[in-house]
Amino acid sequence: MQISELAPALPALRKAPAQRWRDLLIHPLVLRLVSFAAVLALWEYAGRIPLSPAFPTFLETLGGLGAIMADGTLFKAFLITLHPLVIGLTASIFCGVALGVLMGLHEPSEWLFAPIFVIAQAAPLAALIPILTFAYGIGLTAKVMTVCIMAMPVIVLNTLGAVRNTPKSLLEMGSSFLATRSQNIRLIILPAASPMIFAGLRLGCAAAFIGVILAELLITPTGIGDVISYNQSVADYPKMYAAILAIIVFSVLFIELLERIEVTLFRPEVRR
Amino acid sequence: MNPNVAIMAQPVSDRPPFPVRAARPIVEVRSVSKTYAGGIEALSGISLEFPEGRLTTLLGPSGCGKTTLLKIIAGLIPASGGQVLVDGREVTGPGPERAFVFQDFALMPWASVIRNVAFGLELRGVAHSEREAIAERHIARVGLKGFEQKYPHELSGGMRQRVGLARALAVDAKVVLMDEPFSAVDEQTRRKFQEELLELVANEGKSFIFVTHSIEEAVYVSDRIALLSRRPSRVSAIIEPQIQRGGDPEKIRRDSAYLDVVEAIWQQLRHYLD
Amino acid sequence: MVISGIRLPTMAALLVWAVVWEIAGHTDAGFILPPLSRIIWRVFEIVPTASFLEALLITGRAFLFGNMIAISVGVPLGILMGRSVIADRLLLPWVNLFLSAPLSALVPVIMVLFGLGQTTIVLTVVLFSMWIIVLNTRAGIRAISPSLVEMARSFGANRWQAFSRIYLWAALPEILAGIRLGVIRAVKGVVIGQLLVSVVGFGTLFEIYQSHFLMEHFWALLLVLFAFAFTVNELLARLERRFGYYAASR
Repeated sequence: MQISELAPALPALRKAPAQRWRDLLIHPLVLRLVSFAAVLALWEYAGRIPLSPAFPTFLETLGGLGAIMADGTLFKAFLITLHPLVIGLTASIFCGVALGVLMGLHEPSEWLFAPIFVIAQAAPLAALIPILTFAYGIGLTAKVMTVCIMAMPVIVLNTLGAVRNTPKSLLEMGSSFLATRSQNIRLIILPAASPMIFAGLRLGCAAAFIGVILAELLITPTGIGDVISYNQSVADYPKMYAAILAIIVFSVLFIELLERIEVTLFRPEVRR
Repeated sequence: MNPNVAIMAQPVSDRPPFPVRAARPIVEVRSVSKTYAGGIEALSGISLEFPEGRLTTLLGPSGCGKTTLLKIIAGLIPASGGQVLVDGREVTGPGPERAFVFQDFALMPWASVIRNVAFGLELRGVAHSEREAIAERHIARVGLKGFEQKYPHELSGGMRQRVGLARALAVDAKVVLMDEPFSAVDEQTRRKFQEELLELVANEGKSFIFVTHSIEEAVYVSDRIALLSRRPSRVSAIIEPQIQRGGDPEKIRRDSAYLDVVEAIWQQLRHYLD
Repeated sequence: MVISGIRLPTMAALLVWAVVWEIAGHTDAGFILPPLSRIIWRVFEIVPTASFLEALLITGRAFLFGNMIAISVGVPLGILMGRSVIADRLLLPWVNLFLSAPLSALVPVIMVLFGLGQTTIVLTVVLFSMWIIVLNTRAGIRAISPSLVEMARSFGANRWQAFSRIYLWAALPEILAGIRLGVIRAVKGVVIGQLLVSVVGFGTLFEIYQSHFLMEHFWALLLVLFAFAFTVNELLARLERRFGYYAASR
């Protein structure tokens, strides 16, 4: 099936009714719905076989979701979970962008700091969590630190790359019109870097969600982790799955929202 | 020798510079050389003079260092040896008496046309309303009236280069440096640009230094052509096309003087290609 | 960076940090952050032990196996998505979802479903590494210049030839980049999995060291894991560069 090659020729063809049906069938929205329906149906079917006693069907999970939403457990759990996330992410964004910009503009600091973040991005930093727990106890601080170590590297490295990637001809243009160093940074480098910095923030946000979930599961289950592990221990699997589904859907939607903001804010088609 | 072509052999520096037009040189390049970090010698002892109020072209095969020389004159890259004088003063960096037009336009995609055009003035601290007024005038001057609030991505390649040109004109520099400005636009636009450039040279009273690899373009627009050899580059000849630029710009392309000069330069250049 | 004409290697700054670490280790922070020299000493002490080698064997085998599955499923899937609009529209939302979702939340599910053995590690690896491989392969296939494909067709290439001589090679830089990112994600996934399940592989060691406050041992294990992740990353990046020379000029 090579629709990509057919597509340009399509408008030229007389649209027969069958053709119109086909167009409708391969419409992105239709296919997306089909795709989601298929996967959810598969889940439902696998749950009914049953694949495992610990694998609830989709509908049971929805029921569980309804239950934990109705009694307010989920809402409370989210509030507690998001607390370290918000603090840690805010700190990571401020420190990360500042450090990244500094490294992008000042070569010695890049030399000094970049290797740490390069390694941190490749390394399984989650293994530091037990040490953070030793150092800061099982309270909020350790969770905030967990979020920070997960989110910082990608924010820092993206910012550094963004600052470094300023088109050379724009920099030359600035200096040919006698821009001072600070004008150069304010009027050329930072505006040119902002889309990629924002993309880094989005990735950092995704990493922060991973961090906060790990903190919940490894340090102390107080929020969503509590809902997961409590329901696991009493074998109320629909509720356990519902809690996991809820946090995943929440973070995916949040990141999707950031992506939308990114597109409207920086309009990638504007920058060739 | 063809009577329509004045070809001078190097060195020219020790004789009275311009037998044909006695204009004073606005830019002097004195035995400038450039060796890049990897040991590549781009320019080797180039000496050239650029007469005031005229358009002088640096012409040569690809990768011969034309752009390098232009950027050295602009003060964007330092020379390894020799010096460049603009208006009698030595070049140590970019200066307000020179403005650059970039091959890839170098427009800021996040800024509107008017902000792009006013950018040089913005950097100089000219007040907002004043610089917008100046920018508007130059936008109209290059034929983009009505596009002030558009963004670069909404413009065609030719229109983008008009913005780049307006930006260079807006700072009112004495010397306009143009680095293959028409190479990224289509042929029709390019011809239109060339005609407009002639008009600009005639009316603005500025000096233009133009880089191109197109022989036809060079002959069409230039008062003076410096032919550069392959790397390490030297000036292999200086040519002054004696073309009547009065009347109809279209006529020039059929003018026998124009065609003769193109042919003469091609004869000069072709042996570099072997 | 260049200091008075001498070019300092990029990673040389790590030596500075090692010294800082060593000094910090001799202060009060030494309880949490023991001196680097002693940690390195511990590395040589724990690596030859039977428990370490067993953990390495179990984890390493599952890691390799999982990555092989991820590559052999991910690459064809990516090619399919790059070639067929329908497959792309059906699968892309899921690939994107799994790519940005905090997959660590799914590890408890895998544990519940598949127990605490090898299968869990293999599945974790696949879950973490596959999606980026799919997405990169898809991007690589879509970036192929149409004229390259038309060239092959004009010379009479059949489908298989077009695939094996053009598509695979033209998309190879992206595919390799995807595999490298996938492997890195897999390392992270395995570590997360073993931290959560403290009875498999390195998880046992983490648990023992943690509960006995053996900070030097714990750090030594971390050092080994970080060094492993970094080395794998560098090796794959080197492979990528060998084929990347034409990435910019297709």
